[in-house]
Amino acid sequence: MSVLVIAEHDNAALKSATLHTIAAAEKLGKDIHVLVAGHDANAVATAAASIPGVTKVLRANAHYLAQPTAENVAEVVLQVIGSSGYSHVLAPATSFGKSVAPRVAAKLDVAQISDITAIESPDTFVRPIYAGNAFATVQSSDAVKVITVRTTGFDAVAGSGGNATVEDVVAPAEITSAKVTGQELTKSARPELTSARIVVSGGRGMASGDNFKMLEALADKLNAAIGASRAAVDAGYVPNDYQVGQTGKIVAPDLYVAVGISGAIQHLAGMKDSKVIVAINKDAEAPIFQIADYGLVGDLFEIIPALTAELSS
Amino acid sequence: MKILVPIKRVVDFNVKVRVRPDGAGVDTANVKMSMNPFDEIAVEEAVRLKEKGTATEIVAVSCGVAACQETLRTALALGADRAILIQTDVELQPLAVAKLLRAVVDKESPRLVILGKQAIDDDANQTGQMLAALLDWPQATFASKVDIAETKATVIREVDGGLETVDVDLPAVVTTDLRLNEPRYATLPNIMKAKKKPLETLTPDALGVDVAPRLKTLRVTEPAKRKGGGRVADVKELVAKLRNEAKVLR
Repeated sequence: MSVLVIAEHDNAALKSATLHTIAAAEKLGKDIHVLVAGHDANAVATAAASIPGVTKVLRANAHYLAQPTAENVAEVVLQVIGSSGYSHVLAPATSFGKSVAPRVAAKLDVAQISDITAIESPDTFVRPIYAGNAFATVQSSDAVKVITVRTTGFDAVAGSGGNATVEDVVAPAEITSAKVTGQELTKSARPELTSARIVVSGGRGMASGDNFKMLEALADKLNAAIGASRAAVDAGYVPNDYQVGQTGKIVAPDLYVAVGISGAIQHLAGMKDSKVIVAINKDAEAPIFQIADYGLVGDLFEIIPALTAELSS
Repeated sequence: MKILVPIKRVVDFNVKVRVRPDGAGVDTANVKMSMNPFDEIAVEEAVRLKEKGTATEIVAVSCGVAACQETLRTALALGADRAILIQTDVELQPLAVAKLLRAVVDKESPRLVILGKQAIDDDANQTGQMLAALLDWPQATFASKVDIAETKATVIREVDGGLETVDVDLPAVVTTDLRLNEPRYATLPNIMKAKKKPLETLTPDALGVDVAPRLKTLRVTEPAKRKGGGRVADVKELVAKLRNEAKVLR
């Protein structure tokens, strides 16, 4: 029995979340197959095949998988599972994986195990509950374990050195009841939020979207990604994909700089596993200071330019 | 068009949960319980669709202990027309809830099921997708805007890279994200009126659904404590500490 990893990609390259998911798969000690469901995604299949530890890449190619719906990806997964036995199906706990995995599990009549952060044994997993304020260790007796993997729980595997075989699988008939009709993706030259080594995040204290330019200057200096609290996104300062927290992105960079963020538990849930946390806030009583390694109380509009300048010196 | 809104009773989002000393779960005794915030957004969206004339009837449904009646009354006060409680003391996991909801959908034949993308207790983010799969319906998860037409819904979804628009044929399942709307508060007259609205109670047995848990929780533990609270006096000290003590700046 092998492990099936559902690759997340954009038809051109593998998303880094896939490398973290494969790291989780390695802990199960079995053959790892990676499913690349896409359109003209040969480069992705080749990249997946060169990951050490991957024994086989399954490539499903269809026009309708160019901008895939969860419905169609789930059907490909089910077909692949149906033709060969898998003990585990793993997907990253991203908006992609979270949309697909429960559909697969329900069709197989098995539980789905969300957002695992550790694997104790092939049937026992650790996952956060209550915004990470508690961790549950759960055991599954289902024949197939369908799992989403919290990427910050597992260090990414290397992307090269392997030489797996690539096998084509025939994509099932298209499900047409759902169609992707548009995408508005944030373009940025900065590192991706969930994999950046340094993250600079702004909250309600930023007071406007314009003021985020200040954080951009700081982020450029640090080669950091930019994040935000829910308050800043709700206020329209920055797009939704900047949100860090229980219901946004989960990050665990080497350095997290929280600027003008008070530190609601929903925000802490998304960043408290960062190695070093810096908090900059004018309110000395803000809860963010309780988890910060280095707290600096003061006016962010003076501190951020001064910090950017100091880093240049 | 009839809309079904599944809602969950959870520990209120303002409560700091505590892990029980025996490790069997978190302490929910004498803790404030509320409607899952994402489900509140779902109720609000359904009520707005009714106010626009798109929806004709809103049925709220909850699965769980008898006290879920309170949560259903809240939904009725917010504008749902009637409520269904599927009452059980068994710990319900997402797959079981999805099966119960499928049974309710079979009875009620709604054109739209709208529910929260995740519950803030188990943070599973599964039920809507599972229900859609069991029904062979399309799904639109993480909705930040919903437009309902005659035969389809156009939904803007919040995805990792930004926004995505999907068209789904009706009937469909939609799960709500934070920015879909801002839920109203129930007014006192509406809370009074809600007490007279119909609330039907069913059981998993009556619906022929096996709700036995598939996952066994072996233990629940506290997260590792973070030692915070350090302070620096100014920017110079901060940068020096980041360089020399934390060594996170290259």
